[in-house]
Amino acid sequence: MKRYDLIIIGAGPAGLSAAIEAAKRGIKVIVFDENAKPGGQLFKQIHKFFGSKEHKAKIRGFKIGEELLQEANHYGVEVVLKAIVAGLYLDKEITVQIGDEILHYKGDAIIVATGASENMVPFAGWTLPGVIGAGAAQTMMNLHSIKPGNRVLMLGSGNVGLVVSFQLMQAGCEVVALVDAAPRVGGYGVHASKVARCGVPFYLSHTIIKAEGEEFVTGVTLGEVDSSWQIIPGTEKHLAVDTICLAVGLSPMSQLLSMAGCQMQDTPGGFLPVCAESGETSIPGIFAAGDVSGIEEASSAMIEGRIAGLAAAEYLGFITGEELEGLSRELEKALQCLREGMFAPENKGRTIAKTDEGIEVSHTLLKKGYVDQSEILRFPGVRKASGIHPVIECTQNIPCNPCQDVCLKKCIKIGEKMTALPAIDPERECSGCGLCVASCPGQAIFLVNEEYEPGLASITIPYEFIPLPVAGDKGKALDRKGEEVCLAEVTTVRTAQAFDQTNLLTIQVPADAAMKVRFFRSLEAEPWVK
Amino acid sequence: MRIKEHPILGKPPEKRTIEFTCDGKIITGLEGEPIAMALEAAGILIHRYTKKHHQPRGVFCAIGRCTDCVMVVNGQPNVRTCITPLEAGMKVQTQYGVSAKDR
Repeated sequence: MKRYDLIIIGAGPAGLSAAIEAAKRGIKVIVFDENAKPGGQLFKQIHKFFGSKEHKAKIRGFKIGEELLQEANHYGVEVVLKAIVAGLYLDKEITVQIGDEILHYKGDAIIVATGASENMVPFAGWTLPGVIGAGAAQTMMNLHSIKPGNRVLMLGSGNVGLVVSFQLMQAGCEVVALVDAAPRVGGYGVHASKVARCGVPFYLSHTIIKAEGEEFVTGVTLGEVDSSWQIIPGTEKHLAVDTICLAVGLSPMSQLLSMAGCQMQDTPGGFLPVCAESGETSIPGIFAAGDVSGIEEASSAMIEGRIAGLAAAEYLGFITGEELEGLSRELEKALQCLREGMFAPENKGRTIAKTDEGIEVSHTLLKKGYVDQSEILRFPGVRKASGIHPVIECTQNIPCNPCQDVCLKKCIKIGEKMTALPAIDPERECSGCGLCVASCPGQAIFLVNEEYEPGLASITIPYEFIPLPVAGDKGKALDRKGEEVCLAEVTTVRTAQAFDQTNLLTIQVPADAAMKVRFFRSLEAEPWVK
Repeated sequence: MRIKEHPILGKPPEKRTIEFTCDGKIITGLEGEPIAMALEAAGILIHRYTKKHHQPRGVFCAIGRCTDCVMVVNGQPNVRTCITPLEAGMKVQTQYGVSAKDR
């Protein structure tokens, strides 16, 4: 039996962050992970993260993963891969399966950071090849450069379903429909809008009746559900798809904690350990961090990991209680920021009628994934002005503020409270630099110039597809729901290191379309477009 | 279906093309990628049939958790193809129940 000061189970964002903080304090720490590579799910996240600077906002997930690995290497964190922790016993002893051997370790403290697993939903035909988890789609596309299918249906409108739908399109797949049995879109409105403007239809209050096919998926039958989740007869629709992707939530993998005898609670968010703020469970010296202690974003998991790492250091006597308090104070503040706004844990399942500013929320956004033309003008980021100016279609209180940070001219105001809706300061003049457009993790900012040329307006949109159009290309200008408004011509395409792969496409359209057009499709832009 | 170029990730890292067999048929794949990815690229979706009801199964979770994608690899059954790296000359067979079909 080998002994360590601290054993960490799971080398994802929480486990690695915990290991870094512990190693920094001279603790002898070892991390076990069942996968062949460390980083958990971070390396599949190719979108820009939300939050503020301290949460690494506007950086893509896989780059955050690279930074975290570098930091772990720098502090000499020992990670053992392909090592399955099979048991957590009394006195903090664990059994680990490595290859064909079962090894025995003992820690003076343990941090469990095992993450979560995907939920599934059974329907007729759900076991057919072609029905996959949303995580599987991400693994195939973003790690192994394999398209999971050509025509994909996404079930689930939470952030995972929305983000993966967008990624499927980036990989060259057609997303035929986004379906959710709930009556409202579950994830961030901005994630929904970037999918909707590509023309993906949203079917809320709908579910899958059946996956069609004998040997693999050849289609799907959908039906509308009533308020008690029963299929309404006569609402069945058939769609031709070759892949059905399931994004119906995550469950904490808390089995080891339960096995160790930690006090557990059955909650709507899963079977969770009862934890103190520091992540300490009911057993002194056993901590939980990341999704295993409650499903949240990777940004939260990294902060929780750091707090647990520090708390373990205090438990082991490497830092004092006072030092712990000082070091965790900022981290806890940062964590609290991420738990505020409309999507805060306490708002789960609640219908919110108005924003913090007292503005009625967009109902089309919750039903169809986009803010309707008739609703958009009531939000403070959307103002008509002379000359070039940003239009910020950010309509929900979410913890995110890179737009305010990057604006050199200080045109964009969010204020101290990160969840406030961004507003335009009419006194300040926009230089048209486009940093806000590229930095918005929700791709919700556009530059509009209603007076570009007599009778013509210019619109600058964020664009993350290939082939990248070039100046002079003609194509269709699409509105927020992905419908054609008019023809458009590309005037400029800007790419810069500071934009981090988000290209800025400026198109010109008739002036009266300036507040309608939000996407461009050149005829070769997406391979499925005929 | 391989992604030749990705708007965020660019071109995939270069890997050596190698040959292996699936149910006796020679197929090419990339060295070190999961067996399941090489099969997916070759359009092979069915990895096994269940023992009792003879129902087809394929990749489901792609991270080695669900075991739906297991096949017979080099004579060994129940190999999770989504996390087992492809090697040149591997003999991959559709799994029926817990074994390969007698051929």
